[in-house]
Amino acid sequence: MTDSTPPGLVDTREGFLELDERSRLEFLLEFANDLPPLPAHYAEHEDELERVEECQSPVFIIVDVVDDVVTVHATAPLEAPTTRGFASILVHGLTGLTSQQVLACPDDFPLTLGLTKIVSPLRLRGLSGMLWRIKRQVTEKSNAA
Amino acid sequence: MTIPTDNNPKFQAYAHPEAIVSTEWLAANLGTPGLVVVESDEDVLLYEVGHIVGAVKIDWHTDLNDPVVRDYIDGRAFQSLMNRHGISRDDTIVIYGDNKNWWATYALWVFKLFGHPDVRLVDGGREKWIAEGRELTTDVATPTPKDYPLVVRNDENIRAFRDDVVAHLGKPLIDVRSAEEYTGERTHMPNYPQEGALRGGHIPGAASVPWARAVAEDGSYKSRAELEALYLGEAGLEQGDDVIAYCRIGERSSHSWFALKYLLGFETVRNYDGSWTEWGSLVRAPIATGAEPGHV
Repeated sequence: MTDSTPPGLVDTREGFLELDERSRLEFLLEFANDLPPLPAHYAEHEDELERVEECQSPVFIIVDVVDDVVTVHATAPLEAPTTRGFASILVHGLTGLTSQQVLACPDDFPLTLGLTKIVSPLRLRGLSGMLWRIKRQVTEKSNAA
Repeated sequence: MTIPTDNNPKFQAYAHPEAIVSTEWLAANLGTPGLVVVESDEDVLLYEVGHIVGAVKIDWHTDLNDPVVRDYIDGRAFQSLMNRHGISRDDTIVIYGDNKNWWATYALWVFKLFGHPDVRLVDGGREKWIAEGRELTTDVATPTPKDYPLVVRNDENIRAFRDDVVAHLGKPLIDVRSAEEYTGERTHMPNYPQEGALRGGHIPGAASVPWARAVAEDGSYKSRAELEALYLGEAGLEQGDDVIAYCRIGERSSHSWFALKYLLGFETVRNYDGSWTEWGSLVRAPIATGAEPGHV
């Protein structure tokens, strides 16, 4: 069976797996610090974003699909770096892909990053929640297009 | 105790004023030899973002829980954790954390399972420290390893197991989860995933006192009079009662356990860390649903 994980996320995974566990946290923090701010039109209309209920911290996402190219936007508080890190992994790893590529991303991707021992299961479920909500929005928005 | 306690008037009304310090006190006492500051958060990266100068990080999941069995670490692992963080048995430990000290009180409770003599909580925790514009650093502390003794964990006095809860039915129980979890509408707190237990509801006879009712807006504990109105008045506890508190996995109930034990002075109060994720999945365990405590 071939791995349908998008190439950017494969790189991210390899980046995590080649580090020891302590360094994986630092790598996650780099992602947290690298979560792009919302574009102005969403920053002014945060009510249009979808809350990721699976996350303990208030994280909101929205997906644009234009000419079948996906862009993922997310926002989460500075006091929730783990959540920001997860959102950032998906924003960077899924933006620019076709809807088909995003939908092909395996749902268990969050469990393959080598974080299961250092991040609590509840947190990882938050990342899974973000992924499936992104995929659901991509489905809805590519069908509507 | 070698390090003086905080003589803040609010604390003097509490049963054990020596168990709690203010952010002001901590700021004034930072760097005192024999004082070790511990940060314990829900978010595993928060310490790395910034922490109180000199503070060491203890993570509830990776440091305090056994990696295999659902239990806490043993004496050997605790000894090694203490040594790694430069903690001696006679040090004063001051703990703070995110989420209004959920995990800080959980860590404090684990320190008490090992009988560490002097452990104090920073009232209001991380949020209050930051709200007051106090200094944070990203420099990771590099403590000198110490020689902590090997101490056998003693679960007897402050920890309840499910058989203890069964034997306790009919005596005071405090359910500190949200109203929706108590009634059985949800098996998880609002905005968290719906997971963790196969049935919803509460242990029959348990009074509902959501943990957050014990804190003021800034995350600090309410005054003794307010806490008494809550636990003795509304929840109907009486001084001298034998009490068990529970939540979902024991973190929010550590917060209430601290209030009952140290602020109100209940001698016998135990935290049932198996909590709803155990009870709500246990075959044939009695459960009550709805807003009333129900009958045993």
